[in-house]
Amino acid sequence: MRSGAKCTIDALKDAGVKTLFGLPGGTVLDLFDELARAPLEFFLVRHEQGATHMADGYARATGKPGCCIVTSGPGATNAVTGLATANMDGIPVVCIAGQVPSHMIGNDAFQEADTVGITRAVTKHNYLVKNADDLPRIIAEAFEIATTGRPGPVLVDIPKDVQRQMTSATFSGKPERRGYSPVYEGNSKQIAKLAAAINTSRKPVILAGAGVIAAGASTELITLARKAKIPVTTTLLGLGSFPDTDPLALRMPGMHGSVAANRAISNCDLLISVGARFDDRVTGKVSEFAPNAIIAHIDIDPSAIAKSVRVDIPVIGHAKAILKELIPQVVTQARKEWLAQVHGWQKEAPFTYDTKEPRILAQYAIEQIYEVTKGDAIITTDVGQHQMWAAHFFKYTKPRSFISSGGLGTMGFGLPAAIGAKAGCRDRNVIAISGDGSIQMNFQELVVAVEHDLPIVVVIMNNGYLGMVRQWQEMFYKKEYSAVRLDQNLRARNEKLRDKPPGYLPDFVKMAEAHGAAGLRVTEKREVAPALRKALAMKRPVVIECITKPDDNVYPMVPPGASLSEMVQGLA
Amino acid sequence: MSNNTSIRRHTITALVDNEPGVLARVVGLISGRGYNIESLNVGTTQDPTISRITMQVPGDDRVLEQVTKQLNKQVDVISVTDLTRESFLNRECILIKIASTRKNRSKIIELTDVFEGKVVSAQNKFMVIQLVGEQQHVADFMELVKPFQILDVSRSGVIAMGKE
Repeated sequence: MRSGAKCTIDALKDAGVKTLFGLPGGTVLDLFDELARAPLEFFLVRHEQGATHMADGYARATGKPGCCIVTSGPGATNAVTGLATANMDGIPVVCIAGQVPSHMIGNDAFQEADTVGITRAVTKHNYLVKNADDLPRIIAEAFEIATTGRPGPVLVDIPKDVQRQMTSATFSGKPERRGYSPVYEGNSKQIAKLAAAINTSRKPVILAGAGVIAAGASTELITLARKAKIPVTTTLLGLGSFPDTDPLALRMPGMHGSVAANRAISNCDLLISVGARFDDRVTGKVSEFAPNAIIAHIDIDPSAIAKSVRVDIPVIGHAKAILKELIPQVVTQARKEWLAQVHGWQKEAPFTYDTKEPRILAQYAIEQIYEVTKGDAIITTDVGQHQMWAAHFFKYTKPRSFISSGGLGTMGFGLPAAIGAKAGCRDRNVIAISGDGSIQMNFQELVVAVEHDLPIVVVIMNNGYLGMVRQWQEMFYKKEYSAVRLDQNLRARNEKLRDKPPGYLPDFVKMAEAHGAAGLRVTEKREVAPALRKALAMKRPVVIECITKPDDNVYPMVPPGASLSEMVQGLA
Repeated sequence: MSNNTSIRRHTITALVDNEPGVLARVVGLISGRGYNIESLNVGTTQDPTISRITMQVPGDDRVLEQVTKQLNKQVDVISVTDLTRESFLNRECILIKIASTRKNRSKIIELTDVFEGKVVSAQNKFMVIQLVGEQQHVADFMELVKPFQILDVSRSGVIAMGKE
């Protein structure tokens, strides 16, 4: 006989969990009591959102499920944003939540929240455990569901009395659910149809998404593209699935995509999406997306097919299995004409910025990160302009090297995700690229990196603005800069602090130091690379604040609702 | 994307695990899109661990196709069918309380007989009638008894079954 709590921790071990992120509280005391004696590395976060993002970052960097544990009520509600982030991006996370004792559920008990109700829409599945006998099976099922099909977060809500209940139940083998059977093998007829379409196409393009990374299908993707000479555009979450340095790489498509990628999509006669879900930021105006193309869609999630764009050749299944079957059916081609056209676009309009600008531009700083690390780093980002520039100006050559909240666009994701990534990949350089707005949403988690001696580098691109919102206000709201100024110096007179000369709040260098990390501030271009080198050599958590030009914009840009052929380009 | 989408009433039936939370999940997917469920019926099947949910939702064909796919994706949903695409049987049962007087009682009974309903309770001031039939049959009856002043109605929600 063992307690429900012991059962839970044992089941986590059985599922292969070695790293756990979380924060204790009243309803998880029994679980934490067991944890104290368990051979698991536990990361004590400072806010439960941090725990979910760390588990998420760990999962994205390692390919293994991330696991976190939170208490009932506010613990669980704080975890919601992290679960929603993982749910949108299809990241395997298992979240164990405490719940008030069964007999008190529904009584407005202290720290009670209807956690399964609240998280239903932001998880792949969730459970309220009513009997400890079910725990071994449910935990095993949770990991099975989180990691198979289109992966996603699963929450297991365990009331305190269930954690204390004694049980002799065990579970072994593969969990089976009659309502859950993801399809892995692609339909051979559909694959043959796709092969024929590729073989007869004159102007094909591959759109590679996060599904390629989830399926570990990068090698197959590269083989297919090179064999049939198909240019590849990688979505934000697909970055790294195809090397940005390859001549066939079109880079990112969509709203802030490259000219080459968007033109190729607009002009192709065959678009093959591999594990990409045609997000609205990718497609622009749907009715004018790839207007002349046959659209093929390889996806493990049947509900992703034809969700937003018409699909002519759907292939449901696992990207790796499908590509493996597809490659031998595809003929080797040169496609000189199409590639010449594509290379022309690549040359004509690469991602670019004003290199003569004397102030630091985030684009420049990110290029320096690429140079200093020689491209060998895991980059995490927050959300906004710096995120797009991190996609443009660092070249990703390996899967799982770019970690970002794509679907939900969660500011505050980058720092905890970097900690989770580093916890899973100690031998890699992990750099969080953030903005002055985003970083303030989860700065407290820096302490966790310090405590666990995880030498991550956080680079804050401080432009004194909520930059992406400012850009939209400049472009689409007649420069009415409403509530976007973070730097006191930029504020209207009546919004400024009295007495002291205002300056920037908070002081990020002091913030870093107060959290036990090192803080460096760079204000000149020539200081950027040396600061990065120094930070990487320090072997401890470092925050570098780059004071950047306040009002720069991300280009190219497809205005919201416009078609991909209507790009606004910046300086060329 | 095709623009020839149309708004009509969809009859969707799902086999689900007979567990707490499943109905909330199914209903949440539909209400989350601002769609109203007009009729809902839940009951166990010949296998007590499996329940059938039958619901009627007016909505855009394309959106409901997406909803059906997403319902199918749920771990505790075993299968989903939008019966609107095929021929199917539908039935509804209602209990209807109608104000009655000595004068009009026979008229109500007459209508009930025509519709193959049954008077299940008769009091001084009202009668309760039970009626089972196709949705249209039930609707027609309700329309005809309207002039007698309907005091209360309880409907089972439509149950349905594909003919194939």
